[in-house]
Amino acid sequence: MSENNNRNPRFIIESPTGDWEVVIGLEIHAQITSNSKLFSGSSASYGGEPMSHVSLVDAAMPGMLPVINKQCVRQAVKTGLGLQAEINKYSVFDRKNYFYPDLPQGYQISQFKHPIVGEGIVKVTLKDGSDIYVRIERLHLEQDAGKSFHDIDPQSTYIDLNRSGVALMEIVTKPDLRSAEEAKLFVTKLRTILRYLETCDGNMEEGSLRADINVSVRRPGDELGTRCEIKNVNSIKFIGMAIDYESKRQIDEIESGNEISQETRLFDISTGKTRSMRSKEEAHDYRYFPDPDLLPLNLSQDFIDEIVKELPELPDDKKDRLMEQYKLNSYDADILVSDKKYAKYFEVVAKGRDPKLSVNWISGELFSALNRLSLDIDQSPITADNLGELIDLIIDGTLSGRLAKDVFEIMLETQKSAKLIVNEQGMSQITDESSIEKLVDKIIDENSDKVAQAKEKPKMVGWFVGQVIKESQGKANPSKVNELVLKKIGL
Amino acid sequence: MIDVRVLDLSSIRDSLKKGDFTSKELVKSYIERIEGSSKLNTYNTTTFEQALDRAEISDGKIKKNEAGPLEGIPIGIKDLFCTQGVKTTASSKILENFIPSYESTVTENLFKSGMIMLGKLSNDEFAMGSSNETSANGAVVNPWRSRNSEKELVPGGSSGGSSAAVAASLCPLATATDTGGSIRQPAAFTGTVGLKPTYGRCSRWGIVAFASSLDQAGPITKTVRDSALALQAMAGYDNKDSTSANIEVENFENYRNSNLNGMSIGIPKEFEELDLSLDIRQNWEEAIQWYKEAGVNIKSINLPHCKYALPAYYIIAPAEASSNLARYDGVKYGKRVPGEDLDSLYKRTRAEGFGDEVKRRILMGTYVLSAGYYDAYYLKAQKVRRLIHEDFLEAFKTVDAILTPTTPTTAFGIGENISDPLKMYSNDILTVPVNLAGLPAISIPSGLDSSGLPMGIQLITNHFDEKSLFKFGRLIEESRVNIEMPTDWWIKK
Repeated sequence: MSENNNRNPRFIIESPTGDWEVVIGLEIHAQITSNSKLFSGSSASYGGEPMSHVSLVDAAMPGMLPVINKQCVRQAVKTGLGLQAEINKYSVFDRKNYFYPDLPQGYQISQFKHPIVGEGIVKVTLKDGSDIYVRIERLHLEQDAGKSFHDIDPQSTYIDLNRSGVALMEIVTKPDLRSAEEAKLFVTKLRTILRYLETCDGNMEEGSLRADINVSVRRPGDELGTRCEIKNVNSIKFIGMAIDYESKRQIDEIESGNEISQETRLFDISTGKTRSMRSKEEAHDYRYFPDPDLLPLNLSQDFIDEIVKELPELPDDKKDRLMEQYKLNSYDADILVSDKKYAKYFEVVAKGRDPKLSVNWISGELFSALNRLSLDIDQSPITADNLGELIDLIIDGTLSGRLAKDVFEIMLETQKSAKLIVNEQGMSQITDESSIEKLVDKIIDENSDKVAQAKEKPKMVGWFVGQVIKESQGKANPSKVNELVLKKIGL
Repeated sequence: MIDVRVLDLSSIRDSLKKGDFTSKELVKSYIERIEGSSKLNTYNTTTFEQALDRAEISDGKIKKNEAGPLEGIPIGIKDLFCTQGVKTTASSKILENFIPSYESTVTENLFKSGMIMLGKLSNDEFAMGSSNETSANGAVVNPWRSRNSEKELVPGGSSGGSSAAVAASLCPLATATDTGGSIRQPAAFTGTVGLKPTYGRCSRWGIVAFASSLDQAGPITKTVRDSALALQAMAGYDNKDSTSANIEVENFENYRNSNLNGMSIGIPKEFEELDLSLDIRQNWEEAIQWYKEAGVNIKSINLPHCKYALPAYYIIAPAEASSNLARYDGVKYGKRVPGEDLDSLYKRTRAEGFGDEVKRRILMGTYVLSAGYYDAYYLKAQKVRRLIHEDFLEAFKTVDAILTPTTPTTAFGIGENISDPLKMYSNDILTVPVNLAGLPAISIPSGLDSSGLPMGIQLITNHFDEKSLFKFGRLIEESRVNIEMPTDWWIKK
């Protein structure tokens, strides 16, 4: 039995007619981070006035020729290495022929038979903490098309070629995903890897990462069912919605006695449904053939070795190291590696400090503050060094947990260091016994009736502690207060 | 006025240097001759005013000793080379009003060396044809006619405007392109020298593409020496063309100091079995004799796969063309015939914009690349191509050059073959293998046939050995009977 028709599926859709399993494969189009386009010198940056990033090559003027951008090749190889994939030293650019106004050449330059990157693998950790391994079938380089605007004028379509020729990596998985959740987690993980590698910024709202989703359903253990391809879905949320809708649609069709016909479908974000775009019969014959304007790519081992040297620590390795070095649990480590900037921030904070306390402050106070302010961690008003100093003041007893939160808020507003705030505003904790004793005596005197009650019900002690701390404006050290209250009441 | 009929590139170069005449006088003389030669229909577009302005600048440079190697010499440009600010049509209706904002690398190289463009020369539409009858601008007429005949003949193709213009002395040098014989065949039909350099020798950047893996630019001139001079100015590595060869351009004119004694020439057996006209066969034998007398060893060689060259070529070239010509869709530039929707815009634009031969090749190319046919046609043709390439490499282990006729017949009449594509395609039978192998080859006038029409001999050498083409080619010029110029029968008085 192949691993593709396992009788113990990970995820089941139950139905009165029996169990169903969903099988999903993805084709991710990731825009390569590069200054210029795949085969021309014009800018590959997002936005810009329409038609402002268009060279003669991008506009397919007569006699214009493509020249490969080495940086894009380097990025594709780097990505391949990050996906633990085979790098093909020999690869070929092919022309994929079809007519469309935003495809000025009348063909897209892509890689068909000989992609630059072969099989690889991505580990994805599911919500329950278990890991699945998603196999990558290939990664190839290709050009993006331009953009058509059908809504500017009722009579005409307008075309912007800024995106025409921008370099994409198409990353194709094997049909190894079994639920919308798995697909979403996979894309999230892939995006994290691409961002670690700095080969794609992963900004889905700018179209830097888009997915074609192949969905089929089957009875557990059966052969693969007929698939439908949902084109060009551009957010992780929509990927999940499209899969959920499409798998349910296919199950309904089959259960109503119909067959699934292989087709290309579109996901409509306004209705949350997929609809047919073209059937297999209407599919294009792309007439792929090697682009005679370009020589095959031949990569030297030296070229690949150089890139290996540049590889950063990747999320899986970083997680292992953080767990090992800082004794973090898997949950905390996952949070920190989900963005390499988090891990970097953490490692500054945790240097010489309690790692658990450091994670808690980062994933708790800091993340909620940044979220509230809509800031990225590298724009944080509180630097990692300053957060570390705040934690130092907690550890040495200068600040109670509560005081620390107040200081944190002031740090957020003023960007001052914790020590400076504590000094300026006299916010340090009162630990000196005689001062606390005075406060305790005052509260006990004022509440002699409650003292008797407390002797009966020792839980009342907490009320006294609270009153004392309140009297101290939060500065009294809670454990000292507790100690003295017990002593004075005589418990 | 200067009698430009007696001039060639190298004599002009010397005369301008010596001050026998100025560039401006020369340009004026060519303009006058071109204006009197409209009957031949060689030029699609003329740029006379520009040329006269440029001539003045060149004269200044010559005076100040700042002249480029070909300073002040007029040139005709095949209308397949994009020329900045000057209409470039590929002789197609679909590009009838296209004015490039850029200059092709080859024309830029020529202009940098000081040359002055007189205008754009007609060709078969998108360089598809062997008679220059498929030009949207109408057929070009060969300045040569059979003895005692007024029948108008084709100048060959696709560079028929270029070959006719050089033969009629409407420019001393014309650029041309050769995908399956489009420089050599028209040169043979017009008594001119046509050089197809090694694939990758001249940049393809800015040349309207026909079949990218075969297209190569080269010169049509009156003499072998001029061919060397012209190649010197045209060739060179270009990082804008990924298939351009990063190989030093040697001094081609040096060929003149060499001796052929002890070198060897191969005669391919398979070519002897082809259907060649009697005159051409005799001329070939004569040429072999000239080399023997010069002490060259003549060897019989085998190119066993060349018999499949023509079918392989007529699969590969149309396949590439079908894709290369997809950009002419009425959307961005060139002709647009509006339609009620996108599909009808495409269909009408391309139906009206392309001529029959271009459509035929787009259809063939689309067919051979289609799912289910790709392996049987395109892939197989590529395999044949590799075998032909290997045949030649094997041959060059034992010979320095290969000698064949350029064409199976001499120039035919306008309209004679146009309705029989297969017959037309068979014109390329001797030239096509060279393109498939990416080799350099030259066609040199080698005599007149019994009706007085020029014949051409083709020399083929190994990759990037153009110098040997000139070295061997010179002997043909020295040995052949004197070829008179065509009479000026077409000149309007």
